[in-house]
Amino acid sequence: MTEFKTHIMVCGGTGCRASQSEKIRQNLNTAIQEYGLEDDVQVVMTGCFGFCEKGPVVKIIPDNTFYVQVKPEDADLIIQEHIIKGRKVSHLLYEDPKTKEMVSDSKHMDFYKKQIRIALRNCGFINPENIDEYIARDGYAALGKVLTEMTPEQVIAEMKQSGLRGRGGGGFPTGLKWEITRKSQNDQKYVVCNADEGDPGAFMDRSILEGDPNSVIEAMAICGYCIGANQGLVYIRAEYPLAIDRLRTALKQAREYGLLGKDILGTGFNFDIELRYGAGAFVCGEETALIHSMEGLRGEPTFKPPFPAVSGYKGKPTNVNNVETFANVPVIINKGANWFNKIGSEKSKGTKVFALAGKINNVGLIEVPMGTTLREVIYEIGGGIKDGKKFKAVQTGGPSGGCLTEKHLDTPIDFDNLIAAGSMMGSGGMIVMDEDSCMVSIAKFYLEFTLDESCGKCAPCRIGNKRLHEILNKITQGNGTKTDLDRLRLLGNVIKDCSLCGLGQTSPNPVLSTLTNFYNEYIDHVENHKCSAGQCKALLKYVIDPEICTGCTLCFRNCPVGAISGEKKSPHSIDQSLCIKCGACYEKCKFNAIRIA
Amino acid sequence: MNTIKLTIDNKSVEAAQGTTILDAAASVGINIPTLCHMKLHDMSIENRPGGCRVCVVEVDGRRNLAPACVTEVTEGMNIKTHSIRVINARRTVTELILSDHPFDCLVCAKSGNCELQALAQKLGIREIHYKGEQSHYREDTSPAIIREMDKCILCRRCEMMCNEVQTVGVLSAINRGFITVVSPAFEMNLDHSVCTYCGQCVAVCPTGALTEVDHTGAVIRALSDPNKTVIVQTAPAVRAALGEEFGLEPGSLVTGKMAAALRQLGFDYVFDTDFAADLTIMEEGTELLSRLNKHLQGDKSVKLPILTSCCPAWVKFFEHQFPDLIDIPSTARSPQQMFGAIAKNYFANNIQVDRENLVVVSIMPCLAKKYECARDEFAEKGNPDVDFAITTRELAQLIKLANIDFNALPEEEFDNPLGESTGAGVIFGTTGGVIEAAVRTAYELHTGKPLPKIDFEELRGMEGIRHATIDFNGLDLNIGIAHGLGNARKLLEDIRNGKSDFHAIEIMSCPGGCIGGGGQPYHHGDAEILKKRQEALYREDKSKPIRKSHENPYIKKIYEEFLGHPLSEISHHLLHTEYFDRSKK
Repeated sequence: MTEFKTHIMVCGGTGCRASQSEKIRQNLNTAIQEYGLEDDVQVVMTGCFGFCEKGPVVKIIPDNTFYVQVKPEDADLIIQEHIIKGRKVSHLLYEDPKTKEMVSDSKHMDFYKKQIRIALRNCGFINPENIDEYIARDGYAALGKVLTEMTPEQVIAEMKQSGLRGRGGGGFPTGLKWEITRKSQNDQKYVVCNADEGDPGAFMDRSILEGDPNSVIEAMAICGYCIGANQGLVYIRAEYPLAIDRLRTALKQAREYGLLGKDILGTGFNFDIELRYGAGAFVCGEETALIHSMEGLRGEPTFKPPFPAVSGYKGKPTNVNNVETFANVPVIINKGANWFNKIGSEKSKGTKVFALAGKINNVGLIEVPMGTTLREVIYEIGGGIKDGKKFKAVQTGGPSGGCLTEKHLDTPIDFDNLIAAGSMMGSGGMIVMDEDSCMVSIAKFYLEFTLDESCGKCAPCRIGNKRLHEILNKITQGNGTKTDLDRLRLLGNVIKDCSLCGLGQTSPNPVLSTLTNFYNEYIDHVENHKCSAGQCKALLKYVIDPEICTGCTLCFRNCPVGAISGEKKSPHSIDQSLCIKCGACYEKCKFNAIRIA
Repeated sequence: MNTIKLTIDNKSVEAAQGTTILDAAASVGINIPTLCHMKLHDMSIENRPGGCRVCVVEVDGRRNLAPACVTEVTEGMNIKTHSIRVINARRTVTELILSDHPFDCLVCAKSGNCELQALAQKLGIREIHYKGEQSHYREDTSPAIIREMDKCILCRRCEMMCNEVQTVGVLSAINRGFITVVSPAFEMNLDHSVCTYCGQCVAVCPTGALTEVDHTGAVIRALSDPNKTVIVQTAPAVRAALGEEFGLEPGSLVTGKMAAALRQLGFDYVFDTDFAADLTIMEEGTELLSRLNKHLQGDKSVKLPILTSCCPAWVKFFEHQFPDLIDIPSTARSPQQMFGAIAKNYFANNIQVDRENLVVVSIMPCLAKKYECARDEFAEKGNPDVDFAITTRELAQLIKLANIDFNALPEEEFDNPLGESTGAGVIFGTTGGVIEAAVRTAYELHTGKPLPKIDFEELRGMEGIRHATIDFNGLDLNIGIAHGLGNARKLLEDIRNGKSDFHAIEIMSCPGGCIGGGGQPYHHGDAEILKKRQEALYREDKSKPIRKSHENPYIKKIYEEFLGHPLSEISHHLLHTEYFDRSKK
């Protein structure tokens, strides 16, 4: 086997691939050949590095140079300068926004400093399409240990001791779930991996499957051993083609290595995994709906109990865990529950992966210990708010979560604290909003998602959310009243209280949390007919300041509906009854004479 | 089984493990309102998707309200069914459902029988605080059933009936969220689907979303046409249920009042489908014996079991689903169609009326009968043997429209010759009845001896699939009975797989048989009503002086005068039919 002196890691996550990272890889390889470096330098397509804001990312090992926003045409330069001449390509290095210094090693970047990567441990480090690289980083050691040294009860005890809770949103203790499924007597049981990631903006499960599929496969086999299942199923959305590809490759290699299939590692334990594809319904992330969908039925939740642990796929005991949850398992086995449970907060152990998005400088995927505060995440890791604007709110938990404000910034993030604050962990979406965000519109936006994704089975979710949305619409149109605010609260609480599944029970959270945390903004909309963020078009009024207007007629010529009138070289005015609030005049005016009132 | 102690509205309750809060509450006189839930006790038919959320209750220690219909009781549970939180939630949810429902109550076919209307009344809803967009769907009309999905509340009962009970699989929810609707695949029309028109979806629909095609107008027009002679036949199950429409106890027999009402409505002759049922037995019973004898003599071309063929939904079911078996059912037409053929080809001659001027109306407990009488093979030169089939409910509507005080009517007799029937004809209306009637006749024809007993208790009951062996003078005749198409499917699959050792099987599409038909007064999920109707038919049978079809004097007469003998050429032409492979369209 060739021992390469240098490894060039190119991010092969979906995001960087969309920014031509595949082309970067090709160009790097071409250059390597051109300079005859084939025996010394290897290009590795890895999983996601997380720092998507600065993608495509290329990292050189062993010197840990971290190049950002690399273009395909930079490949030649990297080889020539860095590899051959040993000089870093300075314009591709990351510039620290505070110190304006170029940072070469990612461990010195604020984005990475506070992160502890457990679930994402291999993302960006290994080639996910080569099982050897996984094995080289302790891969399948946990499975070997479990099968040869531990009884299922011992493994379950270890999992319980670790304090690992479900990362899909519910936060149910994983070890306990395994124990319940183990205790369900049946001739056939199943391990299901829930890879139906659907929260808008969340992509940690995709990244894990793209970057480190074997970690999930290994964990599923461990789970199978514990609960007494020989069959695993990954329910994955068909919109994740790359994750599916990498998973398929990993499954094939694991079978070839005897790590899946019959008599694994000669221990007599049989376990194999099949894929099941989801059509992209958000509700199918709910475990009963997921199981119905796998059975070929309509993806609708059913009442629990019976829980899947008792009666799941095909009526058999089924343990359903999320991708990120599984990704933690081999590490817990390898390093021990007591290593794991020292990380995190009192009731939420370990780390959590968040997908940072919105009006934040460092968009990307991060993994931090539970108990990290929102402030640390937003201002240190996330690099603060874009364009120096003011922080207004952060939505955690996707459409099921709520909007948290300034006063929550020092709250340590964990399952229980987020619920207490009126939001939830969810699968780890974290969308940051600045002063330009209208909270009524934000609530409406999330509710639109829920409206589309409600399965329609239970009346409060199906009709209630529709009515909530109609009331919000009325408010953003400037026709809302204070009674409507009471109705929002009352109806939202009934929907929470009465809906069948988690989707319905949490769907009013964006409305209720904004109503609580931004009540004055709602009042502003209904009483003053004002949207201070300037987002609700119907509430905007464009006016021309006659003192500033020069009568250049630019606005007059650009108004698509002829709402602007005025003589050349004298102040113009806007006929409010004709104005459609398109903002064209506002954009065009060179003298800042047009104001939004 | 463990007994669980709990408290509901401060009352101590004991319930068996596995009992729902709904049933536990009902056991102490607390009737929690429901909407989507429906349970036909002892018939293994239950719909509890837990979807409407009307039955929510407050359970101490739980974060959310719990749906009483699906939540099982646990030890020490403390439940409040009418706390302010519950009332507020229940009323809000009901208001939401109403907010997406047309306010057509004044003119809705279901008004007065609508469970949503009743719920709104029970909860005292006087205003709908949440107004907004309402769902609109294209109306779908078929030969028997109208789908008006604007009125659907997504209780999913129809879907459960169509898929789980009948295994027909036409109806299911499609789309998501607010635009979710129960529909055939790709929103196709019902008449393009494999729907059998059994009408069980209509029978369980809580609102006016699913109703029958209304033929009362056509009947009124025929009755008022001086050029038409209008005759009527009434199916056996109708007399055991019609009284319910006029406030009588379920199980009241109103045969005589019904005859009187029909006469008052202006029908020229009031006849009885039971007569045709006796005729069916003559033909089908003879066919059974003929096939049985050939089979016993080793004729391999003869297939057994013979299957009854009087249920049109069942006929359409096997035409779609078991086309490979279409030579197994009896070729005998249903009583409705036998009656129509005799009326238009024999009775019309007797009274010297052209077939075009003789209008045959049938009163049926069934929706599929509307479809059956419109089948091409049951018409001559475009003139159908049976012109209009109306349901028990439609007849009640006609009676009300004619200002008839039904309960004050005298008991009257049917007209002759097509009004005379035996007890065997009467029990056609219940599961097990057709085969019992056939056995009574076939036994005597086969053995030449009188029956030692007339009542075959072993063939009766409400079990979905039943079987019995009848001693035919040394020959053990294996009889199977199925009601509900899902049960029928099981027996048919056994036949297909060569695992059936039955000689004859009776199949009825509707649970309970015709007494539970889709055109009967709504049972609202009360299985006791079906049982009482069944008892009523057996009572009527017992009270009849003649209880075997072949002893019906008018049946004997019609064979002497017109048909010759069972399975004669003219019988073949008028009383038998053929089936079609509908599996490919």
